[in-house]
Amino acid sequence: MKPVFMTYTKKDLINLAVCMVLSVLVIPTFITTEYWYTSILIPWLCLALATIGQQVVMGYTGQLALGAAGFMAAGAFAMFNLILRVPDLGFVGSLIVSGLIAAAFGILFGLPSLKVRGIYLMVATLASQFFIIWMIDKFGWFKNYDSSGIITAQDIVILGKPFTTPLAMYFVCLAVTTVLTLLAMNMARGSTGRNWMAVRDMDIAAESMGVSLLKTKVQAFAISAFYCGVAGALFAFCYLKSLEPVAFDIKLSFKILFMCILGGLGTINGAFIGAAFILLFPVLLNSVGNNVFHGAIDATIISSIEQVIFGGLMIIFMIYEPLGMAKLWENIKQKISLKFQSSNVKDLKSSLSKKS
Amino acid sequence: MEYERKFKIGEPILEVNNISLSFGGVKAITDTSFNVLEHEVRAIIGPNGAGKSSMLNCINGIYKPQQGTVSFKGKQIPDITPNIMAQMGLSRTFQNLALFKRMSVLDNILVGRKLHTKTNFLEVALQLPKVKKEEKLNRDRSEEIISFLEIENIKDTPVGKLPYGLQKKVELGRALATDSSIILLDEPMAGMNVEEKRDMCRFILKVNDELGTTMVLIEHDMGVVMDISDRVVVLDYGKVIGDGTPDEIMANQKVIDAYLGVEH
Repeated sequence: MKPVFMTYTKKDLINLAVCMVLSVLVIPTFITTEYWYTSILIPWLCLALATIGQQVVMGYTGQLALGAAGFMAAGAFAMFNLILRVPDLGFVGSLIVSGLIAAAFGILFGLPSLKVRGIYLMVATLASQFFIIWMIDKFGWFKNYDSSGIITAQDIVILGKPFTTPLAMYFVCLAVTTVLTLLAMNMARGSTGRNWMAVRDMDIAAESMGVSLLKTKVQAFAISAFYCGVAGALFAFCYLKSLEPVAFDIKLSFKILFMCILGGLGTINGAFIGAAFILLFPVLLNSVGNNVFHGAIDATIISSIEQVIFGGLMIIFMIYEPLGMAKLWENIKQKISLKFQSSNVKDLKSSLSKKS
Repeated sequence: MEYERKFKIGEPILEVNNISLSFGGVKAITDTSFNVLEHEVRAIIGPNGAGKSSMLNCINGIYKPQQGTVSFKGKQIPDITPNIMAQMGLSRTFQNLALFKRMSVLDNILVGRKLHTKTNFLEVALQLPKVKKEEKLNRDRSEEIISFLEIENIKDTPVGKLPYGLQKKVELGRALATDSSIILLDEPMAGMNVEEKRDMCRFILKVNDELGTTMVLIEHDMGVVMDISDRVVVLDYGKVIGDGTPDEIMANQKVIDAYLGVEH
C-alpha cells in the first residue's frame, strides 16, 4: 500500500482518526463516572506507554529486558524533584527531562546487552529494577526527606492552568501518549526500526551491513527507558497521585512484560491491546462475580480464580498465537474482509446469472 | 569472439597476506595468501572443511586470524570488524542464510541501505523532510534491485516464509543494496536446481558487468565456477594448492588430486 501522508497509508490515517474521535469526543461525552477515568482509562494510557517502551527494547530490538518499573520509578521521582526544585521548567518541560533522566539510566543498564543475551540479559537488567528502587529508598533527598514514606504528588499545572479533575488528567495522559505513540510509530517504520529489527533477527548480518550493534542496542535501551520514565511520571502524577517506591516493584515490571507479550511482540498497537486486556480482565471477572453470582462467591476466591484464568490464558496464547492479540485482531479483520469480498463476489455472480 | 568488458580488470583491491587461523588446536587456515583484482570474478573452491568460509569470515572481520593481514583498497586494516569493512565498501552473504527472517523482503534490502542513511532516530521520529527524501531515495534504489532480481511479486512477504532459493536471491539483493565495491558470496548457489543456478549466475555476471562490482564467491559446482570466474583459488586443508585462471586450475595436478583423491 502506498503511503499518502508521510509514511502513513490511508488505512493508518483512518485508524488514527477513529481513535482520536473515540478518545477525544466519544469517551468524554458518554463516560461520566469518575471511576472509569481514575481507575481504568488513566492507568491504561500510562501502562500502554510503558509497554511501548518495553516493545522497543524487547519486541523490536529483541533484547530480553525486565525492569521497566525501575525506569518508571526513576521518571516519577525525577518529575517530583524537578517540579519541587526547578519549578521554572513547567510540567511539560519536567516531563521531558524526567524521561531523559530515565533514559540515562536506560543507557547505563543497557550496556550489559553488548556482552550477554537472552535469559542472562534478563537477569542483568533486573539490576535496574532493584538499584533504582534501592537508591530512592536509601537517599532521603529523592523523597525530600519525607518521613512517612509516601509523598503526595504535586498538582499538575500547565501554562498556569490546573489539571486536577479526572477528565483533565485523562486529557493530559491522552495528549502525551498520542504524541509519543506517533513518534514511536515513525521510528518503528523508518530506518531506526529497521536497524532494531535487523539486530533482533540476525545481529551478525546486521553488523555486516554497517549497523552498529553498540549504537543500536544502547539507543533502544535509552528510548525504551525514556518512554518508561514518562509513563512512570504520568502514572504517579495522574493515577496514584502519590509517590512511593513500592508502587514500582518487580510485579509492575512483570505486568508490563505480560502486556508486551500478550499484546504481541514487535507491534505498537499490541501495547494498547495488551495493557487493556491485563487491566480490564480483573475488572470484568469481578463484575461477573458480583452480578452473575450476586456475591455468592467470596472476593478472595474470585481473585484466586482470576490468577488461574490468567495463567491459563497466557499458556494458551503462547501455544496458539505467539504473536499476541495484535496478530489475532489482524487475523479477525482479514477474515471479515475476506467474507465481505466473497459475499460481494456471490452477489455479483447472482446478479449476473439473473441478467442472463 | 573475445568479449569486451566495460570495467577492465585492474589492480588488486583486496589482498590477503599469510593468514593463519586456528580454533583451539584445530588449524582452519595455514599461512594463506592470495589477492583479488578490481572488477574481477574470483572464486574460492576446495573440498569440504578446506577453510573457505573461515577465509571469508577473516576477510569480513567475523573471525580474528592469529596471524596475517588483510589489505583492502591499498590500506592494511589493523582491527577488522564487520562494521568497518562494510563502511569501507565490502559486503557479503552468508553460507547458512543470515536474513532478517521476520522482516519483509523489501525491509531486508532496505537494511542494506543502512550506510546510505544519515538521519538519526530523532529526525526519523519527527519525520523531518530530509528523512522523507532520504527514505524515498533508499526505497527507489531497493525497488530497483528488487526488479533487477525479478522478485517484485514477493517484496512484502516475510523472508522466513520464502523457499531457500528465493532467500538466497534476497540475500544477494541485500548485499547489492549496499552499493559496495566488492561482494563476498558464500555458496550463493547451494541447494539450487539447474535453472535457479543459471539465474543466479546471470545476476552475478550482470552485476559484475554493469556495475563493475568485484565478486568473490565460494562455490562447489565446478561447472559454474569454471564458467563464470576470471580466476580461481583452491584451498585444501587450509592451504592454497592452486591459484590461476580456470584453465590453469583444471590442469593443476594438485587440484585434481585433492578432488579425486590420490593413491599413496
